[in-house]
Parts: sequence; structure tokens; C-alpha cells
Amino acid sequence: MSSNRTFPVSFFTVKTFVVRKYFFVAAIILLSPCLLNTGIFAQLPSFLIPPTEFKAFDTPNDAGETISLTWSISPSDAPDVFYVVYIDKDKNGDFEKEAIRIKSNASYRTAAPEIYGHKKSNGNYHYVQIFPKKVFNGETIDKKRVYYFKLAMVAGSNKIVLDTIASARVHGNWLHLKKVNNFLIMITLSAIILYFIVHARQNPNMFLRKISGLDAVDEALGRATEMGKPVLFVHGLTGMGSISTIAATNILGRIARKIADYDANLKVVNNDPIVMSVSQEVVKESYLEAGRPDAYSPDNVFLVASEQFPYVAAVGGIMTRERPAANFFVGYFYAEALILAETGASTGAIQIAGTDAYTQLPFFITTCDYTLIGEELYAASAYLSREPMLMGTLRAQDVGKGILIVILILGTILASFGLTFITRLFEAF
Amino acid sequence: MNFLKRTIPLIIAFVMGVLMAMQYYVPHKLSQDLLEVVSKWDRIIAGFAVFIGAYSLLHLHWTRIKRKVEGWGYSVFVYFGAIITLLFGFLNGGKFFWNDKQDGTMFDWLYYYVQVPAGATIFSILAFFIASAAYRTFRARTNESTVLLLAAIVVMLGRVPIGNYISPYVPAIADWIMAVPNLAAKRGILLGVSLGAIATSLKIIFGIERSYLGGGD
Repeated sequence: MSSNRTFPVSFFTVKTFVVRKYFFVAAIILLSPCLLNTGIFAQLPSFLIPPTEFKAFDTPNDAGETISLTWSISPSDAPDVFYVVYIDKDKNGDFEKEAIRIKSNASYRTAAPEIYGHKKSNGNYHYVQIFPKKVFNGETIDKKRVYYFKLAMVAGSNKIVLDTIASARVHGNWLHLKKVNNFLIMITLSAIILYFIVHARQNPNMFLRKISGLDAVDEALGRATEMGKPVLFVHGLTGMGSISTIAATNILGRIARKIADYDANLKVVNNDPIVMSVSQEVVKESYLEAGRPDAYSPDNVFLVASEQFPYVAAVGGIMTRERPAANFFVGYFYAEALILAETGASTGAIQIAGTDAYTQLPFFITTCDYTLIGEELYAASAYLSREPMLMGTLRAQDVGKGILIVILILGTILASFGLTFITRLFEAF
Repeated sequence: MNFLKRTIPLIIAFVMGVLMAMQYYVPHKLSQDLLEVVSKWDRIIAGFAVFIGAYSLLHLHWTRIKRKVEGWGYSVFVYFGAIITLLFGFLNGGKFFWNDKQDGTMFDWLYYYVQVPAGATIFSILAFFIASAAYRTFRARTNESTVLLLAAIVVMLGRVPIGNYISPYVPAIADWIMAVPNLAAKRGILLGVSLGAIATSLKIIFGIERSYLGGGD
């Protein structure tokens, strides 16, 4: 047997060979995780199992620019395996144009709850959207054009192409069905508001809860008149496109009217030229209404700076030099809120702020004498004018809040018992 | 005149208000195109409005210089800054303003080394104002301000490493304050704001609120 065999090598050579062999094996064992991680010896599937249920359809609720594709997951899905979708305008075409390439362990239906909801099975299907216009380099999409798709699975040099050809054509939708809940809420709230506006005409002596910040307006203006110092109205940083700025100009109109009556001096600082133009008109009309057009000066409604911190510097300078008796900060504010309000407080002015920027509310509450919180900003115009129709909206806001509170409580109770359908009813897309 | 000043603006406000509200629910391309056109109009109007703003600013400061009102020297700096910036803007690094904006010009230098640091300086003042405002707020004179003070101390400690050294519960309580009572209050305000915004929009669309046009009727 082997013991009888003679080896033409010395004992030393045999020993070296054995050591080398074990060293090589040990090195392979130690380095194998590193090599596998680098992908040098990463295992690619030797065969690929193709997915099934490859479908194409026009993406719902869109402008008519995309086609959605979906297919089931495959047992071969892995980080190194890719899905490639080919597009063609002809069913019998070559399908050489690549529409999209994704990793096979990504892009699931779970990313499209607006189409598939929140079903557990969504993780078992892949989902992608194709923009034919982009794929065909901006070519105009013909509504009647049908696009054909083929799906391939690629792993290294392995590639399998599904026989199934999916097809779809794009068309735009006239109603976003997933926004219907939002639409219905908007219609309901609008109906409540309009009802109370009409109702307020018949019942003008409506009770309104006291808003101390607005009751203090007369006090602030009276103080400015007695002291012979100006009233400073500071707009927020947003433009006329913002609803809080519109609310601010409404309040400005009411305040300007009172100032014209009191014969005080009003200064309005702006950081947006359009807001400035609107404010000039609003103040001018208020003075006209008060029968004092001569007291209006367009120079008192001016632009100080269009950038945030130059605006702060300019308004702060006006406060410290002219020392207004009353400061109004109304609109949407950012980081400048506290700097402006603190500067105003240091001059000893009565300060009234109104904002719907909840991040800045604590600063105004801290620094100003009175603060209109959130919705009070929108209520201010009606509260100051006391016009019945405008006051109707305030009652409607309160009723709307009541309804939302009931829904919130109901939703909380149902969700506590695992019934989440009410959450889905109010889901936004 | 009343027709031009009142009726036409009210019709425009109604038509555009309803149209743009509905646009949100219509995903069709025509709807998207309408939004794009209106947005372009907005940008064009804003572009022209810059001239009105610039005129207002320069006129105001010219009046201040002319009348030598208190602090009129600052108005000289407004003119100085405006002229220098305009000059380098027009020069455009030697390529002049009819070419694309060049990088690394004096115009950029003025922005990066004058305006940005000056803005940052103003912003940094905020830290001192926060300290002084916090001092006033946190004087525990009432039950509410005591609660506020305690909540603020816990949240502040929970946001810095020393809070965790004191007790691992401190960051947890801080997170709870931010995620539960704070968020609840924030959402409450937002709900009110949303209702107020809807009410204001409707008042404007239906011409009930007209003071933005000037005057109350």
C-alpha cells in the first residue's frame, strides 16, 4: 500500500508542501467573506425563474403621460439581478429600446398606495411607471398610439426574456379619483360657511367670542394718537399668493380706516412690491372712506427690502429711530419674527401680532402684548368690521372645528379597536 | 369707473378662484397647462412689480436725503449700495449684461462677501434675542408659566448629551413632549388655520370680503 511506496522527495520538501497546502486553504477560508463581498466571487443565479402576470395599463389619475407596468416577484430576485423593460411602438418590433432598468429587489406596489391601496400582497408585485415621451426623446404622444412592452430578467451574462407582450395607451384623466374625499370635505365645509353667511344676514346680532388681541386695536391706536407717534404695520415675508398675506391686507384696511378716523400716522413696511402696491390701494381707499383723502400719503406705504434679513435691519432701524407707539406684525413670518418683536418691545411700543406660522407663535406670544393665534388672523377682518355677512364665516369656522373634533374622537376610538377605515377615508394623495 | 374698479376685479377673482380650486382635482394635461400659464403670468407680473418696488425704495430714500430727516445718512448708503451693485451687474465681468451672467465677478463678490455675511450677522442676533425672550417667558409667576418652564427645561436637556447623562428618561420625556402634547397643539392650530383659509378664500371668491380691493364695500 502507500506505506510501501517510496517518495523521490526529501522529508523537508514534503513538510513544506503540507504547510503550503494548509496555508492556502486557511487563506481561502479567511478571505472568502471579503471576496464574496467585493463581488469577485459573488454567486449569480445559474438559472433565472421568470416572473409571471406581466401587465401594462394607463396610469390612473394622471395627466396622460405615463404607463404603469406591474409583474409578480420571482424567486430569483436578488441585488445582482435586474429587470429590464423594453418598449416598442410595434407589437412585432425588435424591442431594442430600453424603457427602464431596475434592481429586482426594488420597486414594489407598496410605493403606489394611490393605485393599489395598502394591501399586504403589494409586496409580492413589482411596479414601475414609464414615460414614453421621455423614452422617445420628447416625441409628442399620440393618444391613439399603443405602446408595447417586453420584460427581461438579467443576471450577469444570463438573460431571459418573457414571451408576454404587455400593451397600453396613455390618456389623461378629468378627475383625480383619489382626491374625491378631499373634494367632498371642501364642498361640505364650503356649504357650512355659505349657510352661515346667508344665516348671518337674517340674524345680524350674532354672538362672537371675545378676541382680546382685536379688542386691543383701539387701545393701541388711541395711544399712538395721544402720543403723536406713528403706528407701524409690518407685513410678513410671503407674497400676495399667500392667504395669510391676503388676510393681513384685509386687516390693514380695517386698521387704516380707524387710523384715518383718529388722525394718527400709519406706516406700512413691505418686502414684496405687489403686496406694497395692494397695501397702497387698500390704505388709500380706507382714507377715502373715512373722508380724509388729504391725510393719505403713498410715501407711508413703502418697500424697505426684498430679502429677509435686510428687511429685518430696515424695519428694526425704523423702530429704533421713529419709536412707533404701536406695532402690528400681521402675516406669515419666519426667523425674523423674534428679532422684529424684540426690537419693538425694547422701544416700549404696544405690540399686536397675528400669524398662522405656528413655529413663530411662541416668539410672538412671548414678546408681544397680544397675539392672534392661527385662525384668529383670518377672523380679524370680520371681527373688526362687524359686518354680519363676514361674521357668519366666524360661526361657520367654529362649527367646522366642532365637526372635525367629533371625527377626530371617532377616528381615535375606532383606530384603538383596529378599525382604520376612517383614517383611509381622510387619506391625502 | 365703479365697474372697472370693482365689478371686473370681482369677476376675475370669482372666475380664477373657482377655476384654480377645481384645477387641483383635475389631473388632465389641459389643467396642468392652465396652471403653468397662470404661474407664468404670476412671474411676469412679479418681474414688472420689481420696478415699482425699486422706485418706491429709491423715492423714499431720496425724500429722506432731501428733507435731511433723522438718519438720512443711511439713505445715502442705500443709493451707494444700489449704484455699485447695478454697475457691477451691468458690467457682468466685462461681458456686459446682454450676455449670460458670468461667475466670479465683482457682482458675486458683493453678494458673497457683503450681503451674505451682513445677513448672517443679523441672523446671529437671534441667539441673544432668544435668550432675553426666554428669560421673560420662563419667570415662573403663574401656574402656566411654571409648566412652560419645566417643559422647556426637560426639552432643552433632552436635546443635549448631558440630559442622557442625568437620566436616560430625560431624552425620552423630551421626545414625548414634542411628539404628543406639542404635536397635538400644532395640529389643533393647523386645523383652525385651514378652516380660516377656506373661509377667507370663499369670502374673496364670492366677493363678500372686498377690503383687499381697497375699501370695505
